[in-house]
Amino acid sequence: MKNFFKLITYITLISSLFFSNVNAAGEKQELLKVDWSFKSFFGKFDRASLQRGYQVYSEVCASCHSLKHLSYRNLAEKGGPEFTELEAKAIASNFEVTDGPNSDGEMFERPAKLSDKFVMPYANVQEAIAANGGAYPPDMSVLVKARGGGANYIYSVLMGYEDPPAGMELDDGVYYNKYMYGNKIKMASPLDDDIVEYADGTKATVDQMAKDVTTFLQWTAEPHLETRHKMGFRVIIYLTVLTILVYFSMKKIWSRIETKV
Amino acid sequence: MSDHDYTPKSKVGKWFNDRLPLLTLANHLTDYPTPKNLNYWWTFGGILTFCLITQIITGIILGMHYVAHADLAFQSVEHIMRDVNYGWLIRYVHANGASMFFLAVYIHIFRSLYYGSYKSPREVIWIIGMLIYFLMMATAFMGYVLPWGQMSFWGATVITNLFSAIPLVGDSITTWLWGGYSVDNPTLTRFFSLHYLFPFLILGLVILHIWALHVPGNNNPIGIDIKKPSKDTVPFHPYIVIKDLFALLIFLIIFAFFVFFSPNILGHADNYIEANPLVTPAHIVPEWYLLPFYAILRSVPDKLLGVIAMFAAIFVLVILPWLDTSKVRSTVFRPIYKQFYWFLVADVLILGYVGAMPAEGLYLLIARVATAYYFAHFLIILPFLGMKEKTTPLPLSITEPVLGGSADMAMAKNNSDYKEKL
Repeated sequence: MKNFFKLITYITLISSLFFSNVNAAGEKQELLKVDWSFKSFFGKFDRASLQRGYQVYSEVCASCHSLKHLSYRNLAEKGGPEFTELEAKAIASNFEVTDGPNSDGEMFERPAKLSDKFVMPYANVQEAIAANGGAYPPDMSVLVKARGGGANYIYSVLMGYEDPPAGMELDDGVYYNKYMYGNKIKMASPLDDDIVEYADGTKATVDQMAKDVTTFLQWTAEPHLETRHKMGFRVIIYLTVLTILVYFSMKKIWSRIETKV
Repeated sequence: MSDHDYTPKSKVGKWFNDRLPLLTLANHLTDYPTPKNLNYWWTFGGILTFCLITQIITGIILGMHYVAHADLAFQSVEHIMRDVNYGWLIRYVHANGASMFFLAVYIHIFRSLYYGSYKSPREVIWIIGMLIYFLMMATAFMGYVLPWGQMSFWGATVITNLFSAIPLVGDSITTWLWGGYSVDNPTLTRFFSLHYLFPFLILGLVILHIWALHVPGNNNPIGIDIKKPSKDTVPFHPYIVIKDLFALLIFLIIFAFFVFFSPNILGHADNYIEANPLVTPAHIVPEWYLLPFYAILRSVPDKLLGVIAMFAAIFVLVILPWLDTSKVRSTVFRPIYKQFYWFLVADVLILGYVGAMPAEGLYLLIARVATAYYFAHFLIILPFLGMKEKTTPLPLSITEPVLGGSADMAMAKNNSDYKEKL
């Protein structure tokens, strides 16, 4: 048994050393760290923050950034912002989608339904690039998972707009950002105090909006995060109990012979 | 072995067994005499079997929902993650399962290196094992391409381009592999097809691996030949079964932590960006388990020689039973080899580390030294050490050192009886 613990220690030590180093590769600027409610074993989303985050997304980000992997029904699903079905329907109906062909063979426009995917701000990538000075505003569905540093990175970039250091020349339409790769970003600082008016009366500071929209984007990237955490906790409890039972069974079986296990 | 004596008790059983001796096989597997001193490093064979079955089952389910098309693959993966019932669970188990599979296989291989399990009469088991390892790398590489993210696309581009280093026919071979003039839809569809096929080839080889194991029986921590069955052995069931199960459960707890609490830590963030042939990522890195070989590849300045070095790094492992000239199996009795063994472990970890770093400056230098040492270990140190090394005396049977634990092991070494017999 002593050997066994030695073995476990070796594996953990070596693998943790290895992985931490591998992942540290390429990180330079220390990111801002937020104590997110969705981190940790029992991490859950802050429902109100998700709803506010959706508001920031729809009023600020959505004019350039798509969320093409999401459907409007997701807004009313468990573990998300949990808008009521009526609210989600109302949100969907603000958008027009092309459907068809109808019985006359014509395509037609109709208001979006819960089952429709989020309507994209641009018809295609080329149009998005053309409208944004040559930079493609990335789809935000899995953006949090697509950046090393995840939620902290997104939050940091939103908070990282500063005046460029002396001597740094920036082209027109290029902005300085402390946390962006290469420190140059083609998106102007999207947030200003009070550019949205929160329905729940929360004060819309840049910091508050950055946190809310990052929380929202964490959910769009990991819509089943809450289920995953809950299930994970149960699975590990179950496995631990089973391991203990099997350990004593093993001891009992091996006690028939004079060899330690 | 007493397999031939087995007769099923029931009439039906006997009738069936005379026609297809499945019950004889089952009896052989449960009675299989196993050295009683196997330590926990020996539990990884069972763990690996579990990993393979898990990958196959989750893979088959993912294959029902995945769409192998350059325009739809990324979207279909998101469909699995969002809309398929427990699709996120199945995909995270599959993706992290690959890493856990490699973690276990590396422990399994290094266990074999430590205890000399590759030596006569177990060379064929070892070679089949190396074939499995090679197929695992191919399968994992192709699996990583399927989500069609940025790392998928560019990883596939880098690895398939290696074949263009072959003189004369290199470019034709690369075109043939791609099914076109760059990594594109035909590449994706054939990778999907082969990614589905290879695990079943691995399964076949695993059966041969176990069959070949059951001819001479297990090696053991002190590496001596033992009589089977004897007081040195225990029947596989229940002794080894319950021990393997215990170790598997510990392994599963670690596995579960990854799946449920940091499912993406082992993957690269760039693979959540849809593949774009026009944008090259800043650093193209393979999955962690391929990094040592990637480091060897990049440490050689010439492309063709780099590819040769990379494949040679695997090939020296295949011929290892003939490179290691020592007749003593277990490192326990080889004091000098023991140090070189840990040097090799450190060397491979260093190669893995520099494989993840940009190939420049100090990293490149370290990679070159580590690559040179890797080959020196197998081609120079092992052959000479085997001839020169003075090994400590071997015990005659397992029972002696095992009964009193490790204190007896020291006694066994000093026991003049043993020395005389040697």
